[in-house]
Amino acid sequence: MTSLHNKRTIWQRVHLDWPLLLALTLMMLGSLTVVYSASGQDTSMMLRHSTRMAGAIIAMLFMAQISPNTLKRIVIPLYLLGLGMLIAVLFVGVSSKGAQRWLDLGITRFQPSEIMKIAVPMMVAWYIGQHRLPPSIWNLIVGFTIVLVPTILIKEQPDLGTSILIASSGIFVLFLCGLSWKLIGMFALLAGPAGFAFWHYGMHAYQKQRVLTFLNPESDPLGSGYHIIQSKIAIGSGGVEGKGWLQGTQSQLEFLPERHTDFIFSVLSEEFGLFGVVMLLSVYLFIIGRGLFIAVNAQDAFSKLLAGALTLTFFVYVFVNIGMVSGLLPVVGVPLPLISYGGTSMVTLMAGFGIIMAIATDKRMLLKS
Amino acid sequence: MIKTRPTIRDHSAEANLFARRAFIGFTFVVSLIGILLMNIYNLQVVDFDTYKTRSNDNRIKVIPVAPNRGLIYDRNGVLLAENRPVYNLEVVPEEVENLDKSLLEVSKLLAISEQQIKEFKEDIRNNRRFKSQVLKARLDEKEVAVFSVNQHKFPGFSIEARLSRYYPYGDTLTHALGYVAKLNKKELADLELEDRATNYRATHDIGKRGIEKFYEKQLHGIVGSQRVEVNNRGRVLRTLSVESPVPGQDLVLTIDIGLQQIAQHTLKDTRGAVIAIDPKDGGILALYSNPSYDPNLFVHGISSEDYKKLLNEDRPLINRVTQGRYPPASTIKPHLAILGLEEGLITEETKIWDPGFFQIPNVDHKWRDHLSWGHGHVDVYTAIEMSCDTYFYRIAYKLGISKIANFMNQFGFGDLSGVDIHEETTAIMPTVEWKRARFKENWWPGDTISVGIGQGYWTATPIQIANSVSILVNKGVHRQPHLVQVAKQEETVTQLFTEEKPPVTLNNPHHWQIALDAMHNTVLRGTARKAFKGANYDPAGKTGTAQVVSIAQGEEYDAKNMKERHRDNAVYTGFAPFNDPKIVVAIVVENQKAGGSAIAAPIARQLMDYYFSAYPLETEMP
Repeated sequence: MTSLHNKRTIWQRVHLDWPLLLALTLMMLGSLTVVYSASGQDTSMMLRHSTRMAGAIIAMLFMAQISPNTLKRIVIPLYLLGLGMLIAVLFVGVSSKGAQRWLDLGITRFQPSEIMKIAVPMMVAWYIGQHRLPPSIWNLIVGFTIVLVPTILIKEQPDLGTSILIASSGIFVLFLCGLSWKLIGMFALLAGPAGFAFWHYGMHAYQKQRVLTFLNPESDPLGSGYHIIQSKIAIGSGGVEGKGWLQGTQSQLEFLPERHTDFIFSVLSEEFGLFGVVMLLSVYLFIIGRGLFIAVNAQDAFSKLLAGALTLTFFVYVFVNIGMVSGLLPVVGVPLPLISYGGTSMVTLMAGFGIIMAIATDKRMLLKS
Repeated sequence: MIKTRPTIRDHSAEANLFARRAFIGFTFVVSLIGILLMNIYNLQVVDFDTYKTRSNDNRIKVIPVAPNRGLIYDRNGVLLAENRPVYNLEVVPEEVENLDKSLLEVSKLLAISEQQIKEFKEDIRNNRRFKSQVLKARLDEKEVAVFSVNQHKFPGFSIEARLSRYYPYGDTLTHALGYVAKLNKKELADLELEDRATNYRATHDIGKRGIEKFYEKQLHGIVGSQRVEVNNRGRVLRTLSVESPVPGQDLVLTIDIGLQQIAQHTLKDTRGAVIAIDPKDGGILALYSNPSYDPNLFVHGISSEDYKKLLNEDRPLINRVTQGRYPPASTIKPHLAILGLEEGLITEETKIWDPGFFQIPNVDHKWRDHLSWGHGHVDVYTAIEMSCDTYFYRIAYKLGISKIANFMNQFGFGDLSGVDIHEETTAIMPTVEWKRARFKENWWPGDTISVGIGQGYWTATPIQIANSVSILVNKGVHRQPHLVQVAKQEETVTQLFTEEKPPVTLNNPHHWQIALDAMHNTVLRGTARKAFKGANYDPAGKTGTAQVVSIAQGEEYDAKNMKERHRDNAVYTGFAPFNDPKIVVAIVVENQKAGGSAIAAPIARQLMDYYFSAYPLETEMP
């Protein structure tokens, strides 16, 4: 017991959760392996990827040191800052690929929506956590508003993928805090008409096209259906054992679009087959299980709700990305978490895991005392 | 604010509520991961074969590789049709994004005419979009360099090194060899009908005429293929496997290019035809039709300007040897004599009085002899060697057209010779039925009389005349005239011509000798005497002079005052050496001021002189 106790103390002291850290490390090693193949063995790309990965780890280590109580103190300014920047983006944002998502800070470009990925669940968790659970109707209305405003702002950029992630992160807080099943049932009933209204008034033409393509990709094999068809061919032709690392013809011969970012799962499936897919999903499941375990054992309602919401949002990344590249969901620009090449989203995710680790170690400190 | 209202919180109840919700959430996660896995399982296990195939279809392209066309040699191994490397600017329409724009830009770069672009577009319409089409053929070095520098601006355009047909002897052999040119839509459809289209997937040219067309199957070879891996832009990354094409068979002709060149030389500035056959096997030694044209013009697509030049009234496109319908004139007198002998109308000794014309009892019309004062008493030998018309008017009149036509059919008149090129006509061996069908008129006895001297309705091609003489010197045995001796593929040699028609049999085989002796006499002391004076071999033959228009009764034929096109054709057929014939010739020269003995026989002399100097006889004649 003593040795175990001592060991715990070491992790305790650095505010890290070692099972989670182990799983995350496995993921990053996997990411390096697959990105190397997907980039066509581009070493300069690998260098950039590793640098960002290091940045993400630093963000995680940093966030792990901030106690949940400190977070509670900064949550309102953080949320308001994020909201302000989202509004600023609409007016003075920098456009790229037809979407206005970036804020030019002089030194670097910055996506305010990334802050909101953490600020929104944190704000809702803090607000709901202040009150008795399950929440009252009034608390729920305020909670929804906290979620809805940034979601709409981000969807207008337009960035459907991120707005879905942010909306779900807030909604998960409401679900975990005990939103009554009656209300959940009502929302489910409303989803039909709401979806109809969204289709007609809330979606951009290219977003509609993506949904149509998703419904029947073969209708336009060289146009918008191309991505999905090529992705399914990549996954399917991988078979059980895969074609082998660096041997994926769909990815190496560039039939697969966006293969190092959004479609990296197809590369992995093609080269490592069903074995690779099962391995990946197992690690994801472990991370989610561990995250929820930490949430359940967290000290207070704010910590529980925040850890739980961040964990479930992480799963939304996984589900939306894999669902879209394998043809279950329409194509929305969501990267495969921890695996895809791409800076900001990995930094945000790892910062989120830093918060979860802070919550995990926070609890034990209290238990010890 | 609500916050200020004090609340009593049940922390353990809240913790339980959260734990329940977290558990429900986790169950939800597990089931959604299950759905993802099931979907992936469907793709990777259930539909694996489908996606595997589609993945391979993506990356593996099979590029057909054209076989090298067989070469063509003369009987002594002189190359007559070869394949030369050329650089063509080719386009795969499927890979070009904006064809019109690219064409416009590339035409600025390489001086491509509107006509060429028009023809190119026509080609695209007629072919598959993935098959590369020639935009500009035979680029020179500078053009290759200019395009290569700018190649990156023109995806789908490339310079391809191709083997292209070349005929080093140009217009000397056109009518025998024919030529290859671009495959057209109709030919492609025909190939598809015959299930041969796949074999032409990489082939651009096909035989259009002559030997090139007749022996297309042998010359073409079998297409090969190259399996290559390509990326998403269709760029070939590596070759996975190669199945080499099987080159076409080489053909060795019976033609002697030297004799062929003599033939061309002798017909200079005239319209006419020359054919020389080896009577021992039917092999054609020379086949020339004048005027001729350069077949190389057609290989890369003839310009409409050049083509128009070939559509003049001299009709160079016609192969006069096999398609020219000429009255055979007196060259058929030996054959007719044999029929007369066989039928018992005449004997070796029978003499007929020739007053210079022939008349049917109770008819005013006089069929004139070419000697208006007549040949006097003539027997069968004299009749042939002096080409007495009256003698044969009489025989023909007595035989009647049916017997003549039947007999002449056996010598190949009125029928295709079966030579190994498609450009051939049967010409006309007239019969009662033929005239009724053709003119809706009855056959008059007078019609038969003209036929007796190879005139009237009777027309024959030079190859028919030569073949009929070949049968004569072989005493009835028929040797199929042909141009190709053997097809060669590496060590394998295939004999292509074995077919022989039934022989002509006579009741009295001595009658052959009478006709042959008479032809011998023609050269020794008859109408062809002058032409063969001093030959160092022993020739025999028969002259002919054919009227092109009929001369009205009582009028004289006067070459000087005739329109050029109405002048007589000069005809000659002959063979040598007399005892053991090695060469049979037939010559027709159109619209000459003089006849067979003055115009055509000297040509035969030149051909034979050359032939026997190139292939000297083993035993000197006594």
